[in-house]
Amino acid sequence: MGSATTPSQTIGPFFHDALLDEDRSELVAPDHPRAIRIEGTVYDGAGDPVPDAMVEIWQANRAGRYGDPEVDREDLPLDEGFAGFGRSDTVDGGKFSFVTLKPGAVPGPEDQPQAPHIMVSVFARGLLRRVVTRIYFPDEVEANSSDPVLSSIEDPELRRTLISVDEGGVLRFDIRLQGDNQTAFFGFSDE
Amino acid sequence: MTQPRTDDTAGLRSEDNGQPPYLYADYVATRLRAPKKPLIILPKTLSDTTGPAYGRQSIGELDSDLTRQHEGEPLGERIIVYGRVLDGDGRPVKYSLVEIWQANAAGRYTHHLDRHLAPLDPNFGGAGRCLTDGEGRYRFVTVKPGAYPWKNHHNAWRPAHIHFSLFGPAFRSRLITQMYFPGDPLFGQDPIFQSVRDPKAMERMISSFDLETTEPEWALAYRFDIVLEGRDATPMEDH
Repeated sequence: MGSATTPSQTIGPFFHDALLDEDRSELVAPDHPRAIRIEGTVYDGAGDPVPDAMVEIWQANRAGRYGDPEVDREDLPLDEGFAGFGRSDTVDGGKFSFVTLKPGAVPGPEDQPQAPHIMVSVFARGLLRRVVTRIYFPDEVEANSSDPVLSSIEDPELRRTLISVDEGGVLRFDIRLQGDNQTAFFGFSDE
Repeated sequence: MTQPRTDDTAGLRSEDNGQPPYLYADYVATRLRAPKKPLIILPKTLSDTTGPAYGRQSIGELDSDLTRQHEGEPLGERIIVYGRVLDGDGRPVKYSLVEIWQANAAGRYTHHLDRHLAPLDPNFGGAGRCLTDGEGRYRFVTVKPGAYPWKNHHNAWRPAHIHFSLFGPAFRSRLITQMYFPGDPLFGQDPIFQSVRDPKAMERMISSFDLETTEPEWALAYRFDIVLEGRDATPMEDH
């Protein structure tokens, strides 16, 4: 048997100088011809914005390939300079933003395709562990309807919290940590 | 005392692995921030078994020595903090980013929102980063952080700690934690530390004093090994 993992602890309120000293919120330049902008606000259970969170994203490139050198899918192109990782603070009234590219579809369980999506981690004071969610895209109705993760969520309201909203040039994805309209959060399976 | 498994903690499988719950009412800030709906369990896919290689290009030599980032040396007890980053199967997590931040020796962060009436140290910023080597080892030189008060409850004090941020090999292995110092008298009243209910899991957050690595006439050493979830949570058969 292996060793047990080290417990998580809160990021606390004082992480900015260490973790956000460089701006990692633009995964591509805003004038990139295919750049998309994602914006959202992190809210607590009282509906108040959370200004001391950190939001991270991890995503595949447009071809559906993750920029992880140890898990190559060599049939698909890598984008030079697109790492697929981003970080944003929420200092401005709980708001975060990313400029990125829309990812392609990636394989899911039993080679069933997953709809294009972005993995999200939220860290904050008061979160003893990160919360994990996913951003899906509103223009992928068909792919979303057959996505194995979205399909596994029975409650349509909860499912809808994962689909960003097109606000004309900006995709809105608000994250509600708690409450009736809480965002769907994920744990990991061993299978 | 056993914790009831209520809806507040439902679906949080990793709690069985010594992880804290989201809701731990003694830590007041969890009350409005802890999600209460059961987690949805993701099937294992490339989306979480891959992960970013953030930071490989942008780390300077002085980033791992928090005592040499300014004109003079910071005040406080100089310490070496080192250890290994491993996955759950004992494999080293190689060439992976480790980021740390901490209060100065007086218990004060440089952060503009820290209002503790303790002095800032112009020679201490409190942020560091490095990559693990080919065997998963990392090493920082810093000063021992002070304890500091916070407003969670009457006469609340955080035990001395260093924040650690780790990526590991995959999205699922991402971890932010805190390293504590052995024998701290403040553990018992600290709800952040106490949120990890399992005493064995608590031990995994406490560094150990290491006389062997302590450098004579120069710095005390503390060892802190970190275990992350691997790409594959179940052991792989290597042949």
